[in-house]
Formats: sequence, C-alpha cells, structure tokens
Amino acid sequence: MSMKRLFQTIKGLWSLLVGLKVTGGELIKPWLTVHYPRQEVENLSSYRGHIELVPAVGDPLTPRCIMCWKCVEICPSRCISLRMHTPGEAAGAGSTDGGLFLAPDVKSPYSTHLSPPPDKIERILDSYHLNYSLCSLCGLCVQSCPADAIRFSRNAYLVGTSRQSFELDLLARLRNQATPGQPPAGRS
Amino acid sequence: MTAQLLELLSHPLGQMIAALAAIMAFMAVNGMALQYAERKVAGFIQRRPGPYEVGPHGLLQPFADAGKLISKQLVAPLGADRLLFWLAPLVSVAPVVVCFLPIPFSPLLTGMNINLGLLLILAFSGLNTLALCLAGWGSNNKYSLLGAARAVSQSVAYEIPLLLSVLAVAFQVGSLDLAAIAASQTQGVLSWNVLVQPLAFIIFFISGIAETNRAPFDLPEAESELTAGFHTEYSGMCFGIFFLAEYSYMVVVCAVATALFLGGWDGPVFPGPWWFLAKTFALIFAMMWFRWTFPRVRFDQLLNVCWKWLIPLGLANLVATAAIVKWVQ
Repeated sequence: MSMKRLFQTIKGLWSLLVGLKVTGGELIKPWLTVHYPRQEVENLSSYRGHIELVPAVGDPLTPRCIMCWKCVEICPSRCISLRMHTPGEAAGAGSTDGGLFLAPDVKSPYSTHLSPPPDKIERILDSYHLNYSLCSLCGLCVQSCPADAIRFSRNAYLVGTSRQSFELDLLARLRNQATPGQPPAGRS
Repeated sequence: MTAQLLELLSHPLGQMIAALAAIMAFMAVNGMALQYAERKVAGFIQRRPGPYEVGPHGLLQPFADAGKLISKQLVAPLGADRLLFWLAPLVSVAPVVVCFLPIPFSPLLTGMNINLGLLLILAFSGLNTLALCLAGWGSNNKYSLLGAARAVSQSVAYEIPLLLSVLAVAFQVGSLDLAAIAASQTQGVLSWNVLVQPLAFIIFFISGIAETNRAPFDLPEAESELTAGFHTEYSGMCFGIFFLAEYSYMVVVCAVATALFLGGWDGPVFPGPWWFLAKTFALIFAMMWFRWTFPRVRFDQLLNVCWKWLIPLGLANLVATAAIVKWVQ
C-alpha cells in the first residue's frame, strides 16, 4: 500500500515536471503572429480581398475591362455596377442609371440579362462600383471575366465605420494606385 | 564633506540607515520590474504579448499602474476596525525592509553584519502573517477573514519545513550568518549546498513559495473562491503596499535560497553582487513559471503536502545531516 502511494507520488512529481516542460516550451517558442497595428502580414499572396480592376498592359491608368457586363450579370449578390460611354457621347450620357446604387439591377440598362452591345465600337469606362457589404467573395466575377480584368485584391486591412465606406469605386482605386503621391483609396 | 560622509557610513548605524534607504528604493523599483516581468512571463507562457501598449513593449506600464494606484481614493469599508485596517499594510511592508538587511549581496555589500542574520530574517518574515491576519480581521468582510485564516494556518504549517531545511544547512556550516554560509560555498559549483543538500533545497523552495503565498499555494488570495482574499477591501496604494510586500518577500526568499544553497556571490568573470542578483532573479523566474503552470491546490492537499511529506522528509534530512556532521567531527 505504502509502496503504491510512493509510486503515485513519484508519478505526480514527474507530471509536475512535464507541466513545466509544456509551459516552458510555449515560453520560448517563436512568434507566429504579428502585432497588428505596428506590423502587418507580408505574405498575402493567397489572400482574397475584395475584387479590383487589372490595369491594361502598358497603361496603368486604364483598366483592362471591356465592359461586357458579364461580371454584373453573374454576380449573385448584385454588388457590381458599372457605367460607360462611347467616344461619341459625353461621359455618363450613354448608359446613365444615375440612381440607386444599392440595387444596381433596377436602374442599370444592362443588368436584366440583356446581351452586351454587339458592335465592336470602342467603349470608355466611366465608373466601376463594388458594394462590398453585399459581396460574398464567391469569385464568379473573376472566373467569368473574358479579359481577366478583375482579380482579388490583397487589401487585408480594409476597415470602415459606415456601410458607405464599403461602397468602393474601383476605377478611382486603380487610378490612385497608378499615380504615386496621391493617397491611396485603400491600403493593399 | 566626503570624508565626513564616509565616516558616517563606516559607523554601523550609519551603514544601516544607508542600507535601509537603498533597500526601500530597491523595493519600489523591484516591485515595478517584477510586476512587469510577471505579466510578460504570463503572457509569453499563454502565447500572448503581455503589456504592449504603454511605451515600447509596454515598458512604461508599471509606471502607469503605479500612478493609478497612488492616485486612487483609499476607502475603508463600513464597520471596519479602522486602526487595524490601516495598520495592516504597514505591518506587512515594514518587516520586509529589515529582512533585506542581513542579505549578503557580496562580502562587502551587506546591510548589517550580524551573526544571526538567518534568524532575523525568519523572525521578521513571520510578521507578515500577522499583517494578513490584521487585514482580514479589520476589513469586516467574510472573504478577507477566510483569506486571513488560510494565511495563518498555511504560514504556521510551512514555517516548520522551512526551518528544518534551513537548520540542516546551518548544522552543516555551523553558522546562522548568511555571509558565512555563502562564503563556505565559494569553491565553485560543486561546493554549492544545492548539490550537498538537494532535498533541503527542494523543501526550502516549496516552503518558500507557500510562505510568500504564491501560486500554486496562493490560497489566502484565491481569486476564484475569495475574490482577493485578505486584500479584498483594500483600494489604491494600500493594495499597492501589500503587492510591494509580496514581491519583496519573494526577493527575500529567493535571496536567502541563493545565499544558503546556490553559493551566494560565487561566480566567474562578473563581480559578486551581479551573480547574487542573477541567481536570485532566476529563482524568482522559476516561481513565476510555477505560478503560470500549476493549478492552485486544495487546502487539504496543501496541508497534506506539508505535514505528510515535507516535515517528515525535512526531519529525516536534518537527522541525517546531524549524524553525518557528528561522524565527520
């Protein structure tokens, strides 16, 4: 009986050492996380932030977008809306919707499954808005884009204090990023 | 002027007063530094950064905390025994200053050279129990009273193995003078008492943790059961003083362990006091490590460990030491 107790005590003391080893190991393990406000994660290559426009080759100010409306139509959350005009028109005169941004399908002329304009005339993008508060990051727009004009941004640190701050003007963002010196629309 | 000052310092009383002033300054800095270290150790063990916002790496956090504690209002609860209530923190912190006096940081750097230094430390550290008792009784609060009752029974129980382990070393060296005991172990690591008396060291360290009310023996202030135990009702700097006393007692216990078992100031290259402080704070780190590793014991377990294991082992160790000392003579 007493031998059993002695054995149990030695086992208990050993378990204390094991506990010290566990906590001591945690004490000296290297950090895997960063102190966010002062440091930021650098490895964002696999991060899927909100979508952004890809600039055309050789012209960082112009998006690669061909305004085919496929992204607008395929989006299950209906969070993309864009405006364009042809060179003959004044900017914003061609396909004005001018109205409710939160429901782009109501006012946009091309959102009710109309096919995109068949002619090959040159089109100029006026605005490309993303309502990020509706977006579910499903990636269908990126997949369906025939010109590879949309990609996921690496904007991991997007914060806002209102719903409006998640209504992103991606065209302005593209131009801001292309023009050094101007404050960027969002960190990325 | 300098000559007069030196003459004043060469007098034992002048030396003691200078030592007391230095000790109080050390205690204040030590309290802040250890509080920071404790929170950092806790944080790192729990995979979080600990204090980080005030100053670089949270270095100014202790100053912010000290400022907060000092500026808070001191409130005595209704129905408290005001005299005892306000007396308790002072009774807690005053003896610990004396406890630092005989600690030999080096052969020269000793506050007071007396040949009964060990006895003085043991006697004055016992007063802390009285302070916790006063705090618990004076607060007019059931949690405080329960905490005080636990503190008393715990301290009474653990003082016995503590004394037994200290006595074994005293038998072996034949002195109660900490400086003499430390001086007997200056022939390298192999002469340190931790290798000669390993059992006494383990008993001393466990009892020391219990005497300073540190986890896993922190039953007098068990948060989950007694809110904060004996200092439940203390606000502001009164709590701060208890806190300071606790951390100073930690230093005293670890410094005595260093002098008794770890060779005191013995060490290569660097001057003696640095070695003494390094060993002391290494032991304090071990105490913090224990705190954030082991869960709090139950009260019956606490007393069982003391009465059924530490005291018999301490007695056996003492008897064996006495027999060997007698045989060698």
